[in-house]
Amino acid sequence: MLFTTTLHAENEPEKAASGTEQIGKEKKEGSFDPAELIMEHILDAHEFHFMSVGESEVSIPLPVIVYSKERGVAAFSYSNLKKGAIYNGYKSEEGKIVAVDASGKVEEGVTLYDFSLTRNVVQMLLALVLLSVIMISVAGKYKKGGARTAPSGFQNAIEPVITFVRDDVAKPNLGAAYEKYMPYLLTVFFFILINNLIGLIPGTANVTGNIAFTVVLGVISFFVILFSTNRHFWAHIFNPPVPGFVKPILVPVEFLGIFTKPFALIVRLFANMVAGHIIITCFVMLIFIFGAMSTAAGWGFAPVSIAFTVFIYFIEILVAFIQAFIFTNLTAVFIGQSREGAHEEAHH
Amino acid sequence: MQLLTPGLGLLVWTLLAFLIVFFILKKFAWVPILATLKERETGIADAIASADKIKAEMAALKNENEALMVQAREERAVMIKEAKETSSKMLSDAKEKARVEFDRIVADAQSAIQQQKNAALTEVKNQVGSLVVEVAEKVLRRELANKADQEAYIKGLAEVVKLN
Repeated sequence: MLFTTTLHAENEPEKAASGTEQIGKEKKEGSFDPAELIMEHILDAHEFHFMSVGESEVSIPLPVIVYSKERGVAAFSYSNLKKGAIYNGYKSEEGKIVAVDASGKVEEGVTLYDFSLTRNVVQMLLALVLLSVIMISVAGKYKKGGARTAPSGFQNAIEPVITFVRDDVAKPNLGAAYEKYMPYLLTVFFFILINNLIGLIPGTANVTGNIAFTVVLGVISFFVILFSTNRHFWAHIFNPPVPGFVKPILVPVEFLGIFTKPFALIVRLFANMVAGHIIITCFVMLIFIFGAMSTAAGWGFAPVSIAFTVFIYFIEILVAFIQAFIFTNLTAVFIGQSREGAHEEAHH
Repeated sequence: MQLLTPGLGLLVWTLLAFLIVFFILKKFAWVPILATLKERETGIADAIASADKIKAEMAALKNENEALMVQAREERAVMIKEAKETSSKMLSDAKEKARVEFDRIVADAQSAIQQQKNAALTEVKNQVGSLVVEVAEKVLRRELANKADQEAYIKGLAEVVKLN
């Protein structure tokens, strides 16, 4: 779905953009390029860009923090690099910070490490502050009320989710050892969920649909799975219960399985979230693509497009929960597999 | 391709954020929440278990009470029966005793009457004997003086005897 929509989006605009220079609802200058807009929406950036009104752009610039061996650390606002401006020997090339020399040419010898607080980072941090505040205040209610008081207020919204993670994710997969993994599973679940939900607010960044975000979560779950393994797990991988001649084939497959599991987690979350964002943006773009053909078509198609967008939005809210659940559940399943005892191994 | 290449900055920040959030939430949120939830659940389970236990105890107590009632009822019936038996026995005993006494009194009276009668008869006999002897003596003393006198005399004697 991801690839078809991107291809679709890339083919369509060529036709649309070529015929029309005057649509200008989105961009006054230059041609209308939906693919570029979609990508701009999906990808990370050094600013929160909301809209362009005429020549001026409505956006919040974010701090840029870069490090290189040659030049050390540099931190400044992205507003200094607007429209290709050079600041302290740095320049933004289509959102990517590069080191330049005095004449404005890219300095090849300098390897730049970009630790900027991009919009994904900022949004994620805000989401996590929100999450921490919510969870700590809810925990405060538990501490204050004790076990003998009925939950009240937001506690009622959080408690079923926590008990769901405990009873339907942790307990069935991890058995008696579930308590040890509960803090990790809950953190992963809510970490993904809150970023998914906040990413759905128009104008916000697509945090969970960024490969770096999902890579981190995947790598963490990889290590959690790895640290949960026992000797039965490794025995199963390096000495699978199959006839001898199959072993040379199966051992590499099983060994690769250790890595494909978290890799699947990474790609699944990334692809699902990015696809949802692309579809929503595509439906919105359709208005301007039709508008590029003729203004009437644009207006005419708008209700249809909005209806589809609303529909997809509801699905995306569902997906936000489902993906958080799937990531947590599969992590629990993989941890459970790596902890399996000999008696369970006997019957498969 | 920018879509599929993870940015170093976001990578580092996400890792840092996740770890910090994990430790903060673990300490300040998950552990207290899970502990309270567990406490509440065990509390509810305990309450249900103790309620069941009390219910069973109540049922046992009720059964016991009923058994006691049945036993008491039986005992009462037995006691009433016994009392009745005792009273009727006492009554019949008394009757019997009275009858025996009566019989005895009657027998005594009869024997006394018989005795008296016998004594009276004996006395009469004795008296008659002595009279006869007296008469005979007198007769013998006045013998043969007169035949007619003799007869009249005997007659007179006999009349005296008759009067007795």
